[in-house]
This record gives sequence, C-alpha cells and structure tokens, in this order.
Amino acid sequence: MEPKNIPDPMGSLDELYREIILDHFKSPHNMGRLPNPTLQGEGTNPLCGDSVTLTLRLEENKIKDIRFDGHGCAISQSSSSMMTDAVLGKSISEIKNLGKSFKSVFGIKDNPEEPVKPMNVEEMGDLAALEGVKKFPVRIKCAILPWNTLLEIIKGK
Amino acid sequence: MTLDTEKIRRDFPILSRQINGLPLIYLDNAATSQKPESVIKAISDYYRNSNANIHRGVYTLSEEATALYETTRLKLAEFLNAPGSNNIIFTRNATESINLVAHAWGRKFLFPGDEILLTNFEHHSNFVPWYMLAEEKGIKLKVAPFNGNHELDLQTFAHLLTPRVKLVAVTAMSNALGTILPLDKIIEWAHANDSVVAVDGAQATPHMPIDLKKLNCDFFSFSAHKMLGPTGVGVLWAKNEHLEKMNPFLGGGEMINTVTVEKTTWADLPNKFEAGTPNIADVAAFSAAISYLSDIGMDMVRGHEKELTVYALKRFNELSDFTVYGPKDPEKQGGAISFNHNRVHAHDVGTILNEEGIAIRTGHHCAQPLMKALGVPATARASFYIYNTNEEVDALIDGLKRVNKVFGL
Ligand SMILES: Cc1ncc(COP(=O)(O)O)c(C=O)c1O
Repeated sequence: MEPKNIPDPMGSLDELYREIILDHFKSPHNMGRLPNPTLQGEGTNPLCGDSVTLTLRLEENKIKDIRFDGHGCAISQSSSSMMTDAVLGKSISEIKNLGKSFKSVFGIKDNPEEPVKPMNVEEMGDLAALEGVKKFPVRIKCAILPWNTLLEIIKGK
Repeated sequence: MTLDTEKIRRDFPILSRQINGLPLIYLDNAATSQKPESVIKAISDYYRNSNANIHRGVYTLSEEATALYETTRLKLAEFLNAPGSNNIIFTRNATESINLVAHAWGRKFLFPGDEILLTNFEHHSNFVPWYMLAEEKGIKLKVAPFNGNHELDLQTFAHLLTPRVKLVAVTAMSNALGTILPLDKIIEWAHANDSVVAVDGAQATPHMPIDLKKLNCDFFSFSAHKMLGPTGVGVLWAKNEHLEKMNPFLGGGEMINTVTVEKTTWADLPNKFEAGTPNIADVAAFSAAISYLSDIGMDMVRGHEKELTVYALKRFNELSDFTVYGPKDPEKQGGAISFNHNRVHAHDVGTILNEEGIAIRTGHHCAQPLMKALGVPATARASFYIYNTNEEVDALIDGLKRVNKVFGL
C-alpha cells in the first residue's frame, strides 16, 4: 500500500516574498507613533501573536498623517507599511472602499454573494504585490491585519 | 546502542510522502506524532472485526471490544509503573483530563482564599482551566518564573509555596522550550507543604520513562496522539484517595451504579469518570502505540532524542543570525529546540522551511505567558521523535541558511 502524494496547494516563495514586499519589510514607511493622534487602535492576530498599533491624524475627514508600530512577520509588517502609504491623504470613504477591495482579493467579503474581484493594480499600487499571499491561506490574515485594524478604528466615522 | 531509525521509518507510512517535491521532514512532534502502521491497522481491525459497545452486551463481540478497551488500561498501568489500573481514566485529550481535575476535584476541594501555584512554562491547557476555576471561586493564581537558563527558578518556587497553596499544577516538560522540570523536588516540597500536585505529562510521557510509583504525584494527565497513538484519547491517572472523594465530571450512562428518580449512586472506579460510550476504537488502537514504544524502550527513546539534541545544538552554533532559547543542555531538555532569526519572524522562517519539505512549529506554542516572559511574540520550534535523524537536522540547518538568501540579508 503506497501512500498517495497529495498535490501541494501552496505557491512558490518568490510569489510570496516579492521584491517590493521585502523592501517595505526592511525599510518600513511611516513607522512609529504620532503624538496626540486623532484616532488610534491596536489589532492582534491571536493565532500567531502579530500585533499592529495605528495612530493617525484626521483633518477634514482625510488622513493627514498616519504611523504604524508593531511586530510580526514580513507579510503583516510590509502590508502595514504599504497601507499607510496608500491611505495617506485619502478620505474616510475612499479608505473604506479601498479596504473592501483589498480584502475581497483574498476572498474576504462582508457580503458572501459578492464576487471575488481580481487585484486592480492601478487602484492598489504597491499593495498589488501582496496578491501572491492568496496562495498561502494561513498567511492571509497577516496581510489583512493592518486593514482590519484601520477599518475598525474609522468604523464610526 | 542506538535506534535503528531506518527500520523505524519504514513503519511510518506518512514518512514516504513528498512535500513540494521533497521528502517530508517532520519536526513538529511536540504538537503531535506520526503513527506507525500497527496503530493505523489496529483502528481498522477494530471496526472490521470487533466493533460493539462495551461493558453492556453478553455476546462475544461486546466482550471482545470490552477486552480490547480494558487491555489498553492494563498496558498503560505497566507502561507508567502505576499503582493499580482502575485509577486510569480515559478522556479525549490531556486538556480534558486537566479540566476534569479542575471541575471534579478543584470545585469541591478548593475554597476562596486558597492559592494555586503554576509555573511560567505551562501550556494554556494547564493554565486556562485553573484561571477559570480561580475566577469562579475567588482563588489566587501564582506563577513561578524561569531563570536565565530557562530552567525553573527553584528558589522563587520555594518562596511562592506558602501554606495557602493547596494545589501545585506543573508541567513535566515545557512544550515551547523543551525544559524538563525537576518534578522530584517540586513534588517533595509541595507534599511537605500539604499541597496536592497535578502534573501535566503531555510533553514528557511520549519522550522519557515515567514511573508514577516513584514520582508520587496526585494527578497525571497526557494525550495519546503525541506518543504514536490516535487523536481523541487522553489519559488521567490519579490517586484513588482523590478519585473516590471527587464528584463525577460528566453525568450519563456507564458512570452510575443505580438510578432512581430520588437518588443516583456512582459507579466504581474508573467508570465513575467515563460517562457515555467512550472512544473505543482509538483506545484499543492506543494499545499498539504503547507496545511500539515499550518494544523500543523509553530509555532508548530518550537516548535517541538526546543524541539528536546534542547534534542539533552543535549545528545551530554555525548560524550567527539565530538565537536559541531553552537550557541548551540535553540533560535538562527534551528533544525540542526553540529559536528565532534575529530579524526575520518565525512565520517567515516556517514558510521558507516548508518550501524544503520541512515541518516545524511557529508561533506562541499555546504558551503566551512564557512568550511574554521571554520577551518575544513567537518562536520557531523543531521537535524530534524516534524516526528523526541527523540528516534531517542537517536539512533543517541548510533550510535555515536559506532564510538570509530569500530575504536578501
Ligand atoms: C505541555 C502540554 N500540555 C498540554 C497539551 C494539550 O494537549 P492536548 O491538545 O492533546 O489536550 C499540550 C499539547 O500541545 C502540551 O504540549
């Protein structure tokens, strides 16, 4: 009786650790904490202990400044770094839409009927590099962590 | 004498699997072990030939099933050098065994103002049930720390062992760091203090000889799945004097003597604590796992893992970017090595190793208080068993050397 070789569903390392992701990991943008932030919050991933703390300043309903602080894997750290770049200067409603689009790339949707949208590279910029995470299901929550944290903070806004 | 790992490996069908086109190198044995053919076969044999409910029928099949189930209990008594076998109780896993003690003993015999002494090494399984009990009853939890060598700080432990401590709940071996705790001293001191001692044997029982007569603890819990056995079977051994005075854990069939509307009386041990139809097939198959380990000999198992640990620690010295946690002394730790890259998170290290077919554990190892005390959010851990080899350690080290390449460091 020979055991079957079940095909491995995982993608390759190059797809996960793209150049841009490693750049953000090694030299993260907008790292630290703002003094006297308008809004702040912490998100954690209980399964792996990753955590991210966001501090941000709102002016006229737009993100004027944002910093992230925390510890975690290359994916959660670079996703945080890219997110802070992406949301800078955007309005709350723009950010909510962007967060929704980003999450839906990984099949995470508020409404299960909604179709999964492919990554819109123009809309996403650097964030598009994270698409490879799709092939590593356990790592998706690492990519999503900063977004969930931000969306939670601005929920009532 | 060393183990014939080549022969042993042939008994484990899963070890011929490929991951990412490479042979599986399984180094997550502290989480669960792989299973030999004899255990896999015992499960299907049971369903093919002997399946019936136990302790009930007068017919042949039921007697056979009962005999298979009870044989495992007898074998365990021998394997653990336990005084008697009717104080060996089958549960679902170590977690359930510990919860059984918290509910059926703790609720009855601990009172507001009492204290429970734990250590910083505890798995959440040996922490959360006591936390829940403490919250409910107004009991205080105290935690003994580890010292700079990641061994139990015995001096502080002795200091914390005050007259109010009614229970010492302690692991025999840390799953996160591999540290072996000095149970002889802990139990002697605790008993001198009139404290009851509950040992979490989930990590130690699969990897070193256990002698319950000598150990003299009050409660001892572990899981079959970490020691070649099936999932879904746990064990609680306890001194009769406790089991007899304790309330039952769950109510139902099997655990009663007589039931009238006015009054129910409890069955004798061990049935008092085994309500309902148990996991007969997996308990029966656990017997094959115990035989497999007994045939090798637990001294040999421990010896093999010591050799692997010595070799792995030596090879880890070559890696300048990694920190190794734990005692780093094979006499004081089991076959588990916890480590971190100085810049790359454990998850990324785990993902890179998986690309090489190597399975290790990354994260907090269900030991968040310990991670906090170490000052790290997570570690990577390689843990060994009887089928692991020095060549697999070499592959692990080669895989770790790739981390810097992948990250361009
Ligand atoms: C030290 C220790 N205690 C308890 C447990 C819990 O075992 P189980 O999940 O089988 O109940 C584990 C398993 O991870 C462990 O390593």
